[in-house]
Amino acid sequence: MDQFAVKVFVRLRPSVLDPAGEATKSASIKLGAEGIKSLRIGKMIEVKIEGNGEIEVRDKIDLLCDRLFANTVIEDYEYSLEKL
Amino acid sequence: MDNFTVGVVVFPGSNCDRDVSWALEGCLDIRTKYLWHESSDLSAVDAIVLPGGFSYGDYLRCGAIARFSPLINALDEFVKSGKRVLGICNGFQILTESGFLPGALVANKNLNFICDDVELDIVSSKGGWFNNVDEKQTIKLPIAHGEGRYHCDSDTLKKLVDNELIALRYKNNPNGSSFDIAGITNEKGNVLGLMPHPERACDEIIGGTDGLFTLKSLISK
Repeated sequence: MDQFAVKVFVRLRPSVLDPAGEATKSASIKLGAEGIKSLRIGKMIEVKIEGNGEIEVRDKIDLLCDRLFANTVIEDYEYSLEKL
Repeated sequence: MDNFTVGVVVFPGSNCDRDVSWALEGCLDIRTKYLWHESSDLSAVDAIVLPGGFSYGDYLRCGAIARFSPLINALDEFVKSGKRVLGICNGFQILTESGFLPGALVANKNLNFICDDVELDIVSSKGGWFNNVDEKQTIKLPIAHGEGRYHCDSDTLKKLVDNELIALRYKNNPNGSSFDIAGITNEKGNVLGLMPHPERACDEIIGGTDGLFTLKSLISK
């Protein structure tokens, strides 16, 4: 069995308003940061997972992302995978 | 209808289960039975309420974890049989996460947790959940949510409008919901999800009775 470290990024779709991102952008400007054009908040999920090779592990991660980690009505996801 | 029993589902973190039971039993004399979320035997109940609260602490997304409970898995057959399911607030979020209703509920536009009474227009009588056969087309119900902004894509919205699936719209949209949507039904009409709390409007002494009809309609065919 191979073990992989997976980092999943879940983001609100561009068409979905992100009020928390807007509030953080506003605070960033109050802090004095200049030039911020856009700020959106997502989630990062770290998973360590075993499987017979990368293809099998990718299948498992795809299922997890599609059914649980992200709600694809409002969110997109992508992930990176590193063999340990 | 003497033996008609409404199942009130209890998840870890539900907090309106007792309110719903009080409203049904105390105000409407309808028998209720609490259903622990790990139960998948729905044979003892004739209708189901998914109450408000914070199931599983709203971890990941509101309703996202509750969706995988044995009870929600068993709900598919229950819904297909035509029996009624009412999802209130967190219950509505669970119904969208689990695909019984389209769209999703996301953080309120102004980020506030809003606890208020709101005026609602009854848009559709599908499923008979609202008494809009008389002249009263507007009702007042309490809301209490931080993540109640209904969101769906334009195709879904068109489908909701064309098929008369929008049950309630806010008169003064408090949370930024698409098309002012406060509640929707499935196509058959036997599943209703709404952010306002009808169980908190069942007695004049607590501010109104506009929620009575919706709860009472759980026992109608």
